[in-house]
Amino acid sequence: MAGSIRIRARLSGDVAEVKALMRHPMETGRRKDSAGNTIPAHFITEVTATSAGKTVLQAQWGAAVSQNPFLSFRIKGAKAGDTVQVQWLDNKGETGVGEATIK
Amino acid sequence: MNRNRRGFLKLAGAAAALSMLPLKVLADFVRPKEAMAATDLKGVFASLGNAQDSDQIRLETPDIAENGAVVPVTVSSAIPGTSKIYLLVEDNPNPLAAAYMIPEGTEAFVQTRVKVAQTCPIYAVVEAGGKLYKTSRETKVTLGGCGG
Amino acid sequence: MLAKSGIAALLRGLSVCSLLFSIAANAQDDPFAEYHEMMGDDNPAIFVIEEGAELWAKPQGPKQASLEQCDLGLGAGVVKGAYAQLPSYFADTKQVMDLEGRLIYCMESLQGRDRADILRKPYSSTGDMGTELEALASYIADQSMGMPIATPQNHPAERAAYAMGEQLFFYRAGPYDFSCATCHRQSDKRIRLQNLPNLTVSAGAGSAYSTWPAYRISQGLVRTMGWRMQNCAKQQRLPQLLPGSEAVVALIEYMSVNGTGTEMAAPGLKR
Repeated sequence: MAGSIRIRARLSGDVAEVKALMRHPMETGRRKDSAGNTIPAHFITEVTATSAGKTVLQAQWGAAVSQNPFLSFRIKGAKAGDTVQVQWLDNKGETGVGEATIK
Repeated sequence: MNRNRRGFLKLAGAAAALSMLPLKVLADFVRPKEAMAATDLKGVFASLGNAQDSDQIRLETPDIAENGAVVPVTVSSAIPGTSKIYLLVEDNPNPLAAAYMIPEGTEAFVQTRVKVAQTCPIYAVVEAGGKLYKTSRETKVTLGGCGG
Repeated sequence: MLAKSGIAALLRGLSVCSLLFSIAANAQDDPFAEYHEMMGDDNPAIFVIEEGAELWAKPQGPKQASLEQCDLGLGAGVVKGAYAQLPSYFADTKQVMDLEGRLIYCMESLQGRDRADILRKPYSSTGDMGTELEALASYIADQSMGMPIATPQNHPAERAAYAMGEQLFFYRAGPYDFSCATCHRQSDKRIRLQNLPNLTVSAGAGSAYSTWPAYRISQGLVRTMGWRMQNCAKQQRLPQLLPGSEAVVALIEYMSVNGTGTEMAAPGLKR
């Protein structure tokens, strides 16, 4: 989904702290809607972050990661102006992507 | 208004922007399927391997979480060669909530938010040099306010 | 059968709220201060604000018009600062209106949409990803971020709305004989570990009012001020309050006027 990830990347010394917030329901498949029907499982299974042509983090998630997931990590040897890309893939095959410039 | 439809249209509109990116097979970090499907802590460790206690892992969670649906967790490891970080919530239906692969050049640090079904220990498990290390901390979860 | 379900309902009610209120402790420090600090300021409401901005500018309804000419009190199309000065009296409708009521009016008058249709589902249910009203309210509230609450009390109708809101606030009703004041008249009380704002004083009303709409962590949704009123009435087992209705506007008038001067910080981030 376009705009489904908001990313901030701030440089402190040569370490960039990346904070990403993703828009996703992260349904466990155990919840019921107001009509009593089970809401099907729908959650991000994989996240990959890249920067300066390198993979900087990979994640494998279960449904226990909270709704609208938040993820923060730190890249060493980062430079201002480098970009950070974060992509996710969910259990329905949908994907999301976001990008930010390290400041 | 049908929001799902709007979401879909947005997705279609984003296709062009996405085309420059590799869409399939995001991670070459293999999903620890068996450990993620395990229904208790024992099952998770049976799959990942046994972990020894370590005071070189820093696990931060709040003593009391206002809501079990969103519990902030920060893990950092001072163990040289840390390559993976696992987050486990002992009493969840599937304790293994998340696994992270930390490539060289990335700090052994992750921060995320997980669902905690009830008050129980949260574990951080770290893989370094082919060995597993762990630490844990209990977080109390409450029901907020009036009627949830 | 009836008696049995009545008892069950009573027990449910007790377990939810009234019993807990009766044992509400004096609040000392906020037990969730550490939790809030760890959550930081990363509020998923940012996604909803963006959607609201898109919806504001999107042509809709039989007239295929956007809401960009909607007058929220500061002139047609002025969004900046408008939320901090609502509810207010509108000469075109001869009514005091809150944001949600005014938006519904603009959807009807500018876009030609059917009121009943708009009101069919103003607020999300569990598992939904948000409604149009929630998104618009988030966007418009965000446009008053940092501005002091300045709900006008100039027109006689605005003063009348405040008086009615005050009366409703203290009015005990329903099967448990609850009023808003039952939970929100005293300072330093809480339900479970949750601090209860005292809405009769400036500090309590200001901190509460300035943080709605809010992203509700437990529900993964932005909830609006109107929803908050509706949900409080539901907790009291009162009839459903509709968005923009006279009773909701009066209660919001009472709360916002009491909170005058507090800087807006909405959408907030709540449990």
